[in-house]
Amino acid sequence: MQPGGGDMPTLGLLQQIEKDFGSYTNFKEKFIEAVLTSFGSGWVWLVLKREKKCLAIVKTTNAVNPLIWNDIVRNFSPIISLDLWEHAYYLDHKNDRGAYVKTFMDHLVSWDAATARIARAQAFVNLGEPKIPVA
Amino acid sequence: MALRTLINRKTLTTTVPLGFRGLQTFSLPDLPYDYGALEPAISGEIMQLHHQKHHQAYITNYNKALEQLDAATTKGDASTVVKLQSAIKFNGGGHVNHSIFWNNLAPVHEGGGEPPKGSLGWSIDNSFGSLEALIQKMTTEGAALQGSGWVWLALDKEFKRLVVETTANQASCVLLFLQDPLVTKGPSLVPLLGIDVWEHAYYLQYKNVRPDYLKNIWKVINWKYASEVFEKENP
Repeated sequence: MQPGGGDMPTLGLLQQIEKDFGSYTNFKEKFIEAVLTSFGSGWVWLVLKREKKCLAIVKTTNAVNPLIWNDIVRNFSPIISLDLWEHAYYLDHKNDRGAYVKTFMDHLVSWDAATARIARAQAFVNLGEPKIPVA
Repeated sequence: MALRTLINRKTLTTTVPLGFRGLQTFSLPDLPYDYGALEPAISGEIMQLHHQKHHQAYITNYNKALEQLDAATTKGDASTVVKLQSAIKFNGGGHVNHSIFWNNLAPVHEGGGEPPKGSLGWSIDNSFGSLEALIQKMTTEGAALQGSGWVWLALDKEFKRLVVETTANQASCVLLFLQDPLVTKGPSLVPLLGIDVWEHAYYLQYKNVRPDYLKNIWKVINWKYASEVFEKENP
């Protein structure tokens, strides 16, 4: 998160989102849907799937971070996260998780931090097609 | 700085028409006391939100899941039936648990906090040594529970003894695997007393200090109700 966050991602991250979700709007909808269908204490993440080389939305319970999985099937780099424990939003929004995620998406999410993370993740994952020079 | 909304007893029963084939739908039960009646242990603001928003949401979503289940069962849509199970366990469990919870609490002037007498009191001393020891155990386990859940005092009908259990999210102590309503912990477990340790149950008043919430809630625990349930199972 950052003050004055929200808005939209740009450049490479936006392209990747459009590639994997169709459009930023569709991604935003899917993210909000994941939040609204989460039970209890947990988190919702946008991750980069290292094997599949695509972005995905995952949910975790309590304090689970997708980094801990690190197996063949689940090999994820977190790009953004949203805390869904009630302590994260109750004083501001009471039970209204929908209002909380909307505030997060519109005003708080730090696409700068997300861009930095996906740039670092590209040390492990080659997202583009290799440019092989033709002899 | 709690908004002391001392609203008179609200009748919130929404009349829901029965679906065809007699599908039973559920409505929010009234509280047996005013929202502000449990202060200062639990604020009126929390009671109102907890009852009108959280419990109501479980009921609304439970009814929706039941309708979808009915439709899927009729169509023979097995995968939808299976997919609906977690929504039913979560929302149905939430409704069951909170209905028990409202009865587990009582204003001080109506006996809240008065120690149990009779057979339950005797059984508590027998199983835990003393009421203080039981309170200490439930407080400790409730404080240590990670994430959202409940701490229960239950009667194990099979082994004829009292047990303290915790369940995650909205599990009930009656099913056999580690989740949700106390029914989920064992089919022979009868919940006598449940304490909600989801953050929404205390955050506005106690912030992150769950132990303070647990320390104070004993002042409004309705042991009379727990005794009634116990005596019914243990005549």
